[in-house]
Amino acid sequence: MFIGGPSLGMPTLQEADFYIHELYPVNFFGTTVHITTTHVCTVIVVAALMILTLFLRHAFFKAEREGRMTTASTIVEMGVDMLTNFVETALGKKGAKKYINYIGVIFLFIFFSNVSGILGLRPPTADYGTTLCLALVSFVMIEYADIRYNKWNMVKGLFEPFPLFFPMNVISIFSTPLSMSLRLFGNILGGTVLMALYYGMLPWFAKLGVPAALHVYFDVFSGAIQTYVFCMLTVTFVADKRGVE
Amino acid sequence: MGNGNFDGNDLVHAFSALGAGIAVCSGIGTGIGQGNAAGLGAQAVGRNPGARGTIMSTMLLGQAVAETTGLYGLVVALLLMFVKPFDN
Repeated sequence: MFIGGPSLGMPTLQEADFYIHELYPVNFFGTTVHITTTHVCTVIVVAALMILTLFLRHAFFKAEREGRMTTASTIVEMGVDMLTNFVETALGKKGAKKYINYIGVIFLFIFFSNVSGILGLRPPTADYGTTLCLALVSFVMIEYADIRYNKWNMVKGLFEPFPLFFPMNVISIFSTPLSMSLRLFGNILGGTVLMALYYGMLPWFAKLGVPAALHVYFDVFSGAIQTYVFCMLTVTFVADKRGVE
Repeated sequence: MGNGNFDGNDLVHAFSALGAGIAVCSGIGTGIGQGNAAGLGAQAVGRNPGARGTIMSTMLLGQAVAETTGLYGLVVALLLMFVKPFDN
């Protein structure tokens, strides 16, 4: 790579490390696949989430038994309240019950994945494999809602406003998971690449203090917005398919 | 490198970098669109401060959708720069 380069006395792009590293080769039915940085970071994020939620659950029920409020129980109640509000405004009371678990899980996972960049992990959501899977799960859920609640109107909807639009309607269905996954992936990868370039290519005095602000913007702010947008889009699409109650 | 001789691969790298630069120009449209949405959102809040929450979420949703095209450009640029699909 030719940015800067040794001849200019500047660090080369090799020092900017944002690639997915292949750590251990694994034999998977005859083909060699690798355990990558993404897997390791996903496991770390999920483990952290499990520990946190188990702790909060324990603290919540303990506070419930003793009949008093603690910090942990207040956090749990506020979080559940916000989540319920968020889902109920789009789906209504009846629909919210079905989808609130999925939205909560996906919200926590994406948010913690995005924010993990601040701890020096490579965010799992900066790998297209992760975001595509998340978007595909949402896509299956959206299409299931469409088939379940619209039945034959769904097939009829493909030929509207007139039959010539059929290919375009099919493309627009399949562009949903593509755009959802690419949006999350592109945002987080962009932040990761910029942070890696900043760390890898600037002299040491530029790394004092300034990266903190950049981390707050790229990891926390951008990550939170993208998490919100992903969940919001899932909820909105499902509500769109279910119709107004 | 450095002795004045170029081969085909250097040319490919140079044009890949140029293409990456051109690809991220898609950010112009995204910037205009998002700024427009934010400006109109601020106007709407000014007119009807009570509906702040709804306006905020609608605006964010619209901006996120508008951002997609810019991100396609970013992804193409990153592919050109770091995955180097035209290398031989």
